[in-house]
Amino acid sequence: MRRILVGIKRVIDYNVRVRVRPDGAGVVTDGVKMSINPFDEIALEEALRIRERGEADEVVAISLGPDDTQQQLRNALAMGADRAILIRTDLAVEPPVVARAMHELVKRESPMLVILGKQAIDDDCSQVGPMLAAFWDRPQATFASKVEISGETVRVTREVDAGLETIEVDLPAVVTTDLRLNEPRYLKLPDIMKAKKKPLDIAALEAIGVEPAQRLSILRYQSPPQRQKGAMVKDAAELVAALRQKGLV
Amino acid sequence: MNRILIVAEHAAGKLNAAVAKCVTCATTVPDAEITIAVLAADGAAVAEAAAAIAGVARVRVVEHPANEPALAAVLAPQIASLAEGHSHVFGPSTTFGRDLMPRVAALLDAAQLSDIMSVESARRFRRPVYAGNAIVTVEAAAGQKIVATVRIASYQPAAQGGSANIESVKLDLRPPTHTRFVSVSAAKSDRPDLQTAARVVSGGRALGSAENFALIKRLADRIGAAIGASRAAVDAGYAPNEMQVGQTGKIIAPELYIAIGISGAIQHLTGIKDARTIVAINKDAEAPIFEVADYGLVGDLFTLIPEIEKNL
Repeated sequence: MRRILVGIKRVIDYNVRVRVRPDGAGVVTDGVKMSINPFDEIALEEALRIRERGEADEVVAISLGPDDTQQQLRNALAMGADRAILIRTDLAVEPPVVARAMHELVKRESPMLVILGKQAIDDDCSQVGPMLAAFWDRPQATFASKVEISGETVRVTREVDAGLETIEVDLPAVVTTDLRLNEPRYLKLPDIMKAKKKPLDIAALEAIGVEPAQRLSILRYQSPPQRQKGAMVKDAAELVAALRQKGLV
Repeated sequence: MNRILIVAEHAAGKLNAAVAKCVTCATTVPDAEITIAVLAADGAAVAEAAAAIAGVARVRVVEHPANEPALAAVLAPQIASLAEGHSHVFGPSTTFGRDLMPRVAALLDAAQLSDIMSVESARRFRRPVYAGNAIVTVEAAAGQKIVATVRIASYQPAAQGGSANIESVKLDLRPPTHTRFVSVSAAKSDRPDLQTAARVVSGGRALGSAENFALIKRLADRIGAAIGASRAAVDAGYAPNEMQVGQTGKIIAPELYIAIGISGAIQHLTGIKDARTIVAINKDAEAPIFEVADYGLVGDLFTLIPEIEKNL
């Protein structure tokens, strides 16, 4: 069985304007729309395409989080994942704990590929992919904008600061997705209905033998300093004069 | 004493400018002693450049043919080994550092702080979350190494004039062969580097085509600026990915940022909020970019760009 595991994180929706709570203990989440992390949707889309090309047999969506995370996993099943696994925890787990838990699933599921988002848009940590690859002692190909499988290797084009880098890694491996890898498909109503019948297994974090070590504590959340709105200028001449006066051009 | 190891990013014998910014960050950790690790095929030139950064006590060089081009799976075990005796391991929050440092942290069984923007104490740092919509103060528990990436837009480069000792280190290396470099396609350009440029001209979806994006390039060349782009412009194929500015692209802090035909999605604003002066040019007077701009100009970019050039 050629299997792909895809990481799914439940996050505040991309379009929500996130605000810090007045008590500084977190951000406002009451009544806020939750979604799949956009980079994880891209990861799932890529896995589905690989399966549809016949290069893999099964796509399994995996997540860590509270019970409500089942909603996002059901959406992943509706997009086309074959089954899902939720490692349930109410704790705010740190990236190394997530990577350890995923490593436990990797040992059980023996995937050819694990595809994850390059970062989650809530904590913006960008850590789990390389950490999982290190625990697993396997290759990592981060920030992927193209993934081509041939036999037991995968060639990945990566979006790096200099431009596009191509590397080749042996399977099994960890790939993390960048924005331009693909455009995820939309959910269709019949698929949402069908997804209700697909298997979604739930296990407690403790039950898979991972210690939820908490090594970082967030002391407070603050709003960022706001930039002051400046002046409107009436034309190009006034703009250039203003910039020249400040020595900027 | 806080012993801080900084991982040097380099290519083609040149030290990346982000490293001197990491040094500045490290010098704000109380009682810091700074070592730079250079992992290279031939590290002499890079080591000399690293040793010349003021505030650096020591440069340690590991030379091996497998170390270039840089691959995280090859470098991480070497960094983990060099990290012995250090309290902190820092790298830049470039794609190099974001790829490498979590792998290092995992090998060290350490937690990582990503994108640190200020140092409050040896174990307490501030970093942005939610695309910069919130700043968190994070404290690392005692008795563990701290691995971190440094948000380079938050720091100025450390001065030159250092004369650190350079020492060669022999490690018992068995680099993995499961990861192989194939190629890199970087646009060759005489323009300033986007991440370190003093001036940046950026274009958005309103440019309408890759051909029209040449207007941005022309203006940038006129004022000696680097070129940036919004995600929409990159997605539409007007500009290459390495020009993308924002939460998932490059975070920059130029003296002057000129945003042309960019509406100013929050994810884009995240990438520019440390710019000293922001200029926005957009035909929509309600565009959110004007809320953060120091100078705003409403109008058609195809008319305004030539007019700006005429006035320069």
